[in-house]
Amino acid sequence: MLKLEKLTKIYKTGDKALSDVDLEVPKGQVIALIGPSGAGKSTLIRCVNRLVTPTSGSAILDGVDITSLGAGGLRRERRRMGMIFQEYALVERLSVMENVLSGRLGYVGFLRSFLRKFPQSDVDEAFRLLDRVGLLHMADKRADELSGGQRQRVGIARALIQNPAVLLVDEPTASLDPKTSRQIMRLICELCEERGLAAIINIHDVNLAMMFVQRVVGLESGRIIFDGTPNQLTPDVLTSIYGEEDWEATIEKVEDDDEEGDA
Amino acid sequence: MSVAIEDYVGKRWRKPHFISNPILRWSLIIITIIYLILAIGSLEVRWERVYLGLERGWRFIVGFSQPDFTSRWSDIYEGMVESVIITVTSTIVGIAISIPVALGAASNIAPLPVYLVCRTIISVSRALNEIIVAILLVAIFGFGPLAGFLTLSFATIGFLAKLLAEDIEDMNKSQAEAVRSTGASWLQWVNFGVQPQVMPRLIGLSIYRLDINFRESAVLGLVGAGGIGATLNTAFDRYEFDTVAAILIMIIATVMVLEFLSGFIRAKVQ
Repeated sequence: MLKLEKLTKIYKTGDKALSDVDLEVPKGQVIALIGPSGAGKSTLIRCVNRLVTPTSGSAILDGVDITSLGAGGLRRERRRMGMIFQEYALVERLSVMENVLSGRLGYVGFLRSFLRKFPQSDVDEAFRLLDRVGLLHMADKRADELSGGQRQRVGIARALIQNPAVLLVDEPTASLDPKTSRQIMRLICELCEERGLAAIINIHDVNLAMMFVQRVVGLESGRIIFDGTPNQLTPDVLTSIYGEEDWEATIEKVEDDDEEGDA
Repeated sequence: MSVAIEDYVGKRWRKPHFISNPILRWSLIIITIIYLILAIGSLEVRWERVYLGLERGWRFIVGFSQPDFTSRWSDIYEGMVESVIITVTSTIVGIAISIPVALGAASNIAPLPVYLVCRTIISVSRALNEIIVAILLVAIFGFGPLAGFLTLSFATIGFLAKLLAEDIEDMNKSQAEAVRSTGASWLQWVNFGVQPQVMPRLIGLSIYRLDINFRESAVLGLVGAGGIGATLNTAFDRYEFDTVAAILIMIIATVMVLEFLSGFIRAKVQ
């Protein structure tokens, strides 16, 4: 469904953020992308959406090569890729509803969006999504009045209203407390399952990743050096990704967390 | 050779000098003192003229104590109305033009050629003082408020576009990026991703500029560009200091009202 072929990104500064990354994400699969800071996780996600233009290689979504699209084609394909950001990236001075509806910008004309006269079907869907993430009563609040977890829920609703085929998620829990982090991860994974969405989730918290996803990809210095199930993440593998450290505790905790259930 | 804590304990600590080189520091201080002595020495103060000026100043103050609103009221009224019209129209037109210029002059969203063109427009507008532009435009369009209107519209562009462009350059990139990632067109991106972030600044600057334009309109009248300044000039020429006082009081009152209004509105839009 989503296929990266020899994706390479070299920044103007000469930093090679990605080198020859090959990755295939089948429909409905949620992948956790782990790796140390600066390994190229954010760059990878941004290259798929072309917020960053890759230097070479291709990213193919359902047969369309995104790297070779013109401006109009790119806008059309971006609609099919919902992004969820670190620090939420809501437009803080817009209302919750406007933030959610901004996910429809790729579908409506300028005048309609300028006058905030979105089609009724979009408005209905926005309310449905807000209800799904538990923020229906907040629709007309300004985004900067919300707490971190609430903002990220709005971010999720904004990505889903695009009716995407794939979710690109960049450190969704980086600025959230442990409990909210789990709730957000659970929500993202549930929604992916409900809608048959594929997702790539960049995440620092290895433990959290192992709790929720079926597949983990490890990135180090712009290369994929691990690709497997959470169970295959041994201390040796983590050492090769992050460097020497005592990893036993990180991995052991998984069982406890699973049993603990709803947080 | 490592730094040992024993070398530091018990020693006095002083803030390092702003200029660490003592020769440079002391020569700068001495040069400044010599310059000040020479500069003050070169002023030729003729005390008999100061005395005459004090007398004239006193007449002015006496005139001020009895402002005369009535005898030239229709002139004052017309001048004020003209000034307000010049102010409002030039501010609106100026803002309308400076918004696209500001978008073009923000290096983070405009391509380089557009950026250079818009920065040039801003530089030209800022380089030319209002009075000079007004003299030029009075020469072209003749005496009257049209020249004042055009001058202030022109000046507003340089002021507002520059400050707004800087605010756009300082905006939060990730918010704008998030809007772009939805597949929004450029205009939609500006409307949803950029505009909400710079709106408080735009409103604040616009009101501030309205204030400036009103004060400028009083000055521009002196060179024939219409408004209350023209009335003020006439009153000065006739040595009618009581009328001058009335006009100045009205200008001060208007500026104070605008000041109060701008504070109120800016607090509201945060």
